[in-house]
Amino acid sequence: MNATTAGAVLDIRGLHVDFAGVPAVRGVDLALRRGEVLGLVGESGSGKSVTALAAMGLLPSGADVRGSVTLDGTELMGAGDTALSAVRGNRIAMVFQDPLSAFTPVYRIGDQIVEALRTHQDISRERAAERAVELLDLVGIPEPRIRAAAFPHEFSGGMRQRAMIAMAVANDPDVILADEPTTALDVTVQAQVLDVLRTAQRETGAALLLVSHDLGVIAGTADRVAVMYAGRIVETAPVDELFARPRMPYTLGLIGAVPRLDADAKGRPEPLVPIPGAPPAPAALPPGCAFAPRCPLAEDRCRVAQPELVEVALPEPAVAVRPEPAVAADEPHLAACLRAGEVAGLRPLDVFPVPGADVAAERAADGRPEGTSVLRVSGLAKTFPLLKGAVFRRRVGSVHAVDGVDLDIRAGEVLGLVGESGSGKSTTLFEILELRRPERGSVEVLGRGTDTLTRREAHALRAQVQIVFQDPMASLDPRLPVGDIIAEPLRAQRAERDRIARRVPELLRQVGLDPAHADRFPHEFSGGQRQRIGIARALAVDPRLLVLDEPVSALDVSVQAGILNLLLRLRAELGLSYLFVSHDLSVVRHIADRVSVMYLGRTVETGAVGEVFTRPLHPYTQALLSAVPLPDPVRERARARILLPGDPPSPTRRLRGCPFRSRCQVFAALPGPQRERCTDQAPPLAEQGGDHVAACHFPAARPVL
Amino acid sequence: MLAYLARRLGYYVVLLLVAVCLSYALAATALQPRAYFEARQPPPRPAAVQAQLSALGIDDHTPLYDRFGHWAAHAVRGDLGRTIDDTSVNDEFGRRVGVSLRLLIVGTAAGTVAGILAGAWTAVRQYRLSDRLVTLTSFLLLSTPVFLLAVLLKIGAIRLNQALGTDFIQFTGEKTPGLQGGWTAHAKDRAVHLLLPSLSIGLITLATYSRYQRSTMLDVLGSDYLRTARAKGLTRRKALLRHGLRTALIPMSTFFSYNFLAVFTGAIFTEAIFGWHGMGEWLVASIGKDDVNSVVAVSTFAAVVVLLSGFVADLLHAALDPRVRHS
Repeated sequence: MNATTAGAVLDIRGLHVDFAGVPAVRGVDLALRRGEVLGLVGESGSGKSVTALAAMGLLPSGADVRGSVTLDGTELMGAGDTALSAVRGNRIAMVFQDPLSAFTPVYRIGDQIVEALRTHQDISRERAAERAVELLDLVGIPEPRIRAAAFPHEFSGGMRQRAMIAMAVANDPDVILADEPTTALDVTVQAQVLDVLRTAQRETGAALLLVSHDLGVIAGTADRVAVMYAGRIVETAPVDELFARPRMPYTLGLIGAVPRLDADAKGRPEPLVPIPGAPPAPAALPPGCAFAPRCPLAEDRCRVAQPELVEVALPEPAVAVRPEPAVAADEPHLAACLRAGEVAGLRPLDVFPVPGADVAAERAADGRPEGTSVLRVSGLAKTFPLLKGAVFRRRVGSVHAVDGVDLDIRAGEVLGLVGESGSGKSTTLFEILELRRPERGSVEVLGRGTDTLTRREAHALRAQVQIVFQDPMASLDPRLPVGDIIAEPLRAQRAERDRIARRVPELLRQVGLDPAHADRFPHEFSGGQRQRIGIARALAVDPRLLVLDEPVSALDVSVQAGILNLLLRLRAELGLSYLFVSHDLSVVRHIADRVSVMYLGRTVETGAVGEVFTRPLHPYTQALLSAVPLPDPVRERARARILLPGDPPSPTRRLRGCPFRSRCQVFAALPGPQRERCTDQAPPLAEQGGDHVAACHFPAARPVL
Repeated sequence: MLAYLARRLGYYVVLLLVAVCLSYALAATALQPRAYFEARQPPPRPAAVQAQLSALGIDDHTPLYDRFGHWAAHAVRGDLGRTIDDTSVNDEFGRRVGVSLRLLIVGTAAGTVAGILAGAWTAVRQYRLSDRLVTLTSFLLLSTPVFLLAVLLKIGAIRLNQALGTDFIQFTGEKTPGLQGGWTAHAKDRAVHLLLPSLSIGLITLATYSRYQRSTMLDVLGSDYLRTARAKGLTRRKALLRHGLRTALIPMSTFFSYNFLAVFTGAIFTEAIFGWHGMGEWLVASIGKDDVNSVVAVSTFAAVVVLLSGFVADLLHAALDPRVRHS
């Protein structure tokens, strides 16, 4: 395998990376051709970022890197810092994940781009500054000349990532490595940034390696996909082929574990397929196939030796029907699985057993239950003072974090609350959990208004409303055994000792953990197990309503599926209601009965999930849904996307009229006289048939999936 | 930017006034000048003691605020009063302030620069032998009291002089009395005398700074923006100097002002051990003599020095971090 791959501009052969003797990458071969987009997908710890950094020679000095990386036939491995520095940023450029910390805070954005230009090109400072402004313009930064003088903290996340892309393409590179370029961004901003990245790649004709954990992002952008697991590439194929006929059970599981936005309109989405267990610890890899311990198809021979990545026999010719095939149609499909031939044509559900799949499927499909009201919020508002000054702090303004939220959950219902960061989702949650008179509007929990509660009543009511937090590590006290963590709400409600002793093992069993592990500490559990502990703690006092704040956003997809299935099962068994906050619309579609969309602190649309997702009425909901990438390359390419311009306005100013109009595609297309309604009156939440409400003067259903 | 510095300066003036008031109150109530006079041999007449105390403005029978008002009225005109021996505080101050400033400025400046370089260097070479050696030395220095360090330096210098058979390293006083020769000879003589006292101040500053700088530098070394800088083609060295060191220095500027007070306290011992007639020596002597006005003068000096170093820290911060200037 030492010969370079024909036509490859960047060729990685037999790459091995060890950190202090622990393998992170174990023999990776990747070839990037000019003009192609190669998606590198895998879960956290699979070695995908390490592979990208190793290609740049940017791993920390403690890393032991072996193998070969050639750029147009020139070996980079083992080259000195000076030689590599001449290549970096010039012929190979990189876009990093977190744009907040990727710029040096003390230099202006423009100057940092100028530095990239002048490091590799012999041009004057003035000419470079001029070019930096052009580059910022190219990536769609408004008023680039003024913005070039701004510091990184003055840019929003999306703008920083655009600037990062501008810097990456500054020297017209042959290869762009993008390491999770949109992971930290909101979905509408992600759509903008992916668009810019594709444009930049097309303009420069560079090869793009797109590293991501998000199958949707990969499906919509990549020509070819390589799947990594435990430091190795386990499958690679053209994107359509890979999604249509995965051959490695891991890929199959991954595709089955992703909640989809486009689940069939009428019925319920298919149950998610969790991959059992967790990826192996890099220090203790099994002798054979690294996926064998989690694979339902594993046989004895799988556990003996690592299967090679070999070409799979195609049962029928691959359908590579792309308008401009950057990938040759005869691009091979490789898989590292002894049973690859048998996997072809199987669906995820055929391979991975789904406990409780029936429960998930049998959920009521028609109408709202006539249950009692569990939570009713109307006109909720919360402002935070904006303070200035070090010694004498004075109020200089207000942040209108929540500015008119209406929610309504009935017994046994799941309401998904969606919105981008800064839309006021979390503030809404915490205002509800305060159980006291809100600043404006009203909150009713189980029919009790929170404005007249006594302390004792509030304490009793608190047992009825429990919360599950986003970060399963930070929300568990690392010094308490999990048994004590779960018992804490019971103690707070002054439960008797023997009741606690009975309840803890029962709860652990309920969330799928071994009751014998009650005396272990949080760090001994995996991320998914920790979130199960968080759920068990919330369930301890038999609440009626569970408030879940982004409960799966910190988890890998294969683990996330297990948690979502658990939540569906618990709801069916215990008759719980959920207020499920998430920025991920696919997850909400999967778990919720009803969905409520927030923008700039206000509820803009609410309705049954099937209804809102297939007939979104508010232009913001439409844009939001259209921005979510589908893990299906064929459908993804066929979609028309609504790209929202810019970022949400600052919540420190209360705009007259509709707060969304500055980015609204409907407003932009309106004739002048009709626009006045949007600029003068804030649209109220109005019924649009059934219990579907939307706050828009010109609601018009527009399917976007 | 100017508004920011003007505001900071305003804060420092207020703080200085508070510091002076508190020092006066403390010195005037804790020290007993009456007892100092009464203990003289032969014992002076009570009326004479009273007259002397009144004349110096340190009569404990006068209410504190009257005494302070009297002192402050002179102080704002630049007159810091009379010492207990009825000489001018201003004259004494003038003789000594230069001595202390030379010692403090040379010692801290050298120690700060060396400490920052050592810290940055060891951070880059984390866990290598050089890092471990510097770390060990820093901790040794940090755990050595300044008076012990000064004495050790003295002993070391004597040994060195003996071994070399010269008396090259001079360490008593600021200069060799009655030295003949031109301007260069005097400058060289002063520099040699400055060596050991500056070392005793500078080494401890170096040790402290190198520890802090190492940890801020380590944070920066692991930062994403340093990786970005290298990804765009800067060599490791250039990336470290342009993007690493500058950001790692920002938190150090705050530390600069706090450290100066510790240095000043240490300098009291240094002056005494090396026979320098500076402010520290004066402070100790004045407390022994219940000399209220002199103690207040030294305290004021210390407050001014600390607040000035705070102002210098603000200037450094603004120079290093343009975001401060910008907003």
